[in-house]
Amino acid sequence: MLLYIIRRICLMIPTLFLTSALVFTIMELPPGDYFESYMAELQAQGEGVDKAKIEFLRREYGFDKSPVERYFMWVGGMLQGDFGYSFEYQMPVTDLVGSRIFLTILVSFATILLTWLIAFPIGIYSATHQYSWGDYGLTFFGLLGIAIPNFLLALILMYLANVGFGTSIGHLMAPEYIGQPMSWAKFRSILSHIWIPVTVIGLSGTASMIRRVRANLLDELQKQYTITAKAKGLHPFKALVKYPLRSSLNFFVGSIGGILPEIVSGAEIVAIVLSLETTGPLLIKALQSQDMYLAGSFLMFLAFLTVIGVLISDIALAALDPRIRLQGESVR
Amino acid sequence: MTSSPLPPPGAELRHCVSDKPFDPSSIERLSPAQERVYLASQLRLMWWKFRRHRAAVVSGLFLAVLYISILFCEVLAPYHYQTRNIDYLYAPPQAIHLFHEGRFVGPFVYGLNYSLNMETLKREYTPILSQIHPVRFLCRADTYEFWGVWKSDVHLFCPAEGGTLFLLGTDRLGRDVLSRIIYGARVSLTIGLLGVAITFLLGLIFGGLAGYYGGLVDLVVQRIIEVLQSLPTIPLWLALAAIMPVTWSPIVVYFGITVILGLVEWTGLARAVRSKLLSLREEDYVLAAQLMGASPYRIISRHLVPGFMSHLIASATLAIPSMILGETALSFLGLGLRPPITSWGVMLTEAQNINIVALYPWLLTPAIPVILVVLAFNFLGDGLRDAADPYK
Repeated sequence: MLLYIIRRICLMIPTLFLTSALVFTIMELPPGDYFESYMAELQAQGEGVDKAKIEFLRREYGFDKSPVERYFMWVGGMLQGDFGYSFEYQMPVTDLVGSRIFLTILVSFATILLTWLIAFPIGIYSATHQYSWGDYGLTFFGLLGIAIPNFLLALILMYLANVGFGTSIGHLMAPEYIGQPMSWAKFRSILSHIWIPVTVIGLSGTASMIRRVRANLLDELQKQYTITAKAKGLHPFKALVKYPLRSSLNFFVGSIGGILPEIVSGAEIVAIVLSLETTGPLLIKALQSQDMYLAGSFLMFLAFLTVIGVLISDIALAALDPRIRLQGESVR
Repeated sequence: MTSSPLPPPGAELRHCVSDKPFDPSSIERLSPAQERVYLASQLRLMWWKFRRHRAAVVSGLFLAVLYISILFCEVLAPYHYQTRNIDYLYAPPQAIHLFHEGRFVGPFVYGLNYSLNMETLKREYTPILSQIHPVRFLCRADTYEFWGVWKSDVHLFCPAEGGTLFLLGTDRLGRDVLSRIIYGARVSLTIGLLGVAITFLLGLIFGGLAGYYGGLVDLVVQRIIEVLQSLPTIPLWLALAAIMPVTWSPIVVYFGITVILGLVEWTGLARAVRSKLLSLREEDYVLAAQLMGASPYRIISRHLVPGFMSHLIASATLAIPSMILGETALSFLGLGLRPPITSWGVMLTEAQNINIVALYPWLLTPAIPVILVVLAFNFLGDGLRDAADPYK
C-alpha cells in the first residue's frame, strides 16, 4: 500500500510538469505581450508613451529573455510560493486572488455537497424503482438538467426574480460588504446569497450524478449475490445498502478527483452572469487582456488541486477495493 | 443375469446407426419468427433494438429534420438574417390570428404601432386592430444567395406587402429573431459535428496507440490525458480562443473554434478506446493475426476497431451536445464566433444584460433550440448505446 502511494506521488510530478508547460505555452501563444497591447491602448487614448519606462518594465519582468528562461523563472517562483505579478492590477497575484479564491472554494464545496445530497437519494430511488413513473420523471428532469447550459439557467432565474419579485439576485453578498474584510455579518450575508449560484452551478452535475448512481446501482442489483441476499430473507434495506450500494460506490470515489475542474468550469460563466465575487470574472478578464501570470498561475493552481484530488481518490479506491490495489499496475 | 440386454463378451456388436438420409433441420425446426432473429445480421439486430427505444427514434427523426432544414434555411426563413427593419427595433413577437371579428380570414398578423414611452424610455408596440397583414406562402421577399451561388427571393412564407411578420420579435438592430434562429442553426449544428469528427480522429489515434502498445506509450498518453482533464474546460477553451487573432475572417474563426472544441474534448473518447483495446488485444484472434505477420495498423483497423465501432459512435453522439454547449458558451462570452456569422450563442450575447432581458424577454428564445437539440442528442445517444450491444 505504501509502495502504491509512493508510486502515485512520483507519477504526479511529470503530470504537473507537463501541465505547467502546457499552460505556459498557451499563455505565450497569442502574438505580442501585455506591454504591446498596453502601449497600443495608451496611444489610442492619445497619451504619450514613455518608451524607456516600458523597456524598463519589460526587463524587470524578464520579457527580454527567451520564453524557456521565463518558463523556468515562473515555475521556480511558484515552487517558492511566488505566483508572479499581475500587470493589469499592478499587484502580486497572490494578494489579488487570495480573497476571491476563498469564495470560489466555498461556492465549489457547497455545490459538491449539494450535488451529493440530492443525487444519491434520487439515484437510489430511480434504480430501485426502475421503469416506474417516478423513475421516468426523474430521468427526464436529469436530462433537462444536462441540456440547459447553466449560464442560461442563471439568466432565466435572474429574469424570473426580476419579473416576479422585482429584485436582483446577482452578487455573493450584500453591496455594503464588498471589499470589506471578512466578518461574521459578512459571512452571514454570503450564506444568504450563496444558494442561487450553488443551485445553478450544481444542477447539471446533480443530473449526471443521478444517472451514474442509477446505472451503477442497477448493474449491482442484477447480480446473483443480491438475489441470494433477498432470497435469504435479508431486510430489504440491508440487502440494498450493505452490499450493492457499497460496491456501486467505486465509480463515485473514482470521480472525486475530476469533480473540481468540472465545477469550476461551470462556475466561471455563471459567475460572470450573476456577477459573483469569485475568481471566474477575474480569470476571464486576465485571459482577454493577456495578463499572463495572473491567468497562468490561477490555471496552475486549479490543476494542482485537481491532481491532488485524483491522488486522494486513487488512494481511497485502492484502500477500498483490493482488486485495484493488487493489479493496479496492469489495469489502470 | 440370464436376461441381460448386453451381448456376450467378444461377440460382434450390432450396428445401430440408421442409414436413411438425415436432414438435421427436421429435428430442430425453427419457427419463421425465430429463424428471422437467428439469421439477422448484426446491423439488423441493432436496428431492432434501437427501434424499441421510442424517445431515441423520435429524437433521431427530429434531428434529421433539423439537419435537412439547414440546407434550405434561406427558403425557410421569412427574412434574410441581416435584414434590418429600422422602424421596428425590439419589436415584440406578433401572434398569428385566424379570425378577425368572428370572421375567418386565414393566418394573419395585426400591424404594429410604435411609441416611445417618455418616462421609462421603453419602446412600446401595440397591435393596430384595423390593419390586417395576411401571411403569404411561397412568395417573393428578401433576396438572398442560395448556398452562396445563385440569387433567389422565394420564401416558404413571408410578410404581407408592406406588412411585418416577426413571429419571435426583433432584436437591437430590428432583425427578425426567428429568421436568425433558422440561419444560426447552420453554424450551431455543424460545429458539433465537425468538432466530434476531430475528437473521433484524435481519440482513435491516441487511444489506439495507448491501448495496443501499452507500456511506455500508454504511460505517456495517460499523462497527456490526465493533464488535459485536470484543467477546467471552459478556461482552457477561453485561453485557446484568446489566441485567435482578431484579424481572422469569421469563417476561419469558425474552423478555429471547431478545432479548439475538438482538441479539448478528445480525452474521454481516447480513454474509452484504450480500455476497450486493452481487453480486446488479449483475444486469440489478435494473436493469430500477429503470428500471420499482420502489421499493427492492420490489426487495429481491420480486427480491433470494428469490434467496438458501434460503442464509439454511441459515445461520440453523446459528445456532440457538449460541443454545442461549448460553442454557445464561448460565443456568449464574446470569445467564440463573431458577427456577421450568426449562431445561437452569438444571438444570446444580446441577452447578456439582465435589464435588456427583463424588457425584451424574447431575446432569450435562441435558448429553446439549444435545449431541444441537446436533449435530442442525449436521447439518441442513449438509444444508440443500448443498440450497440444487441446481444445483451
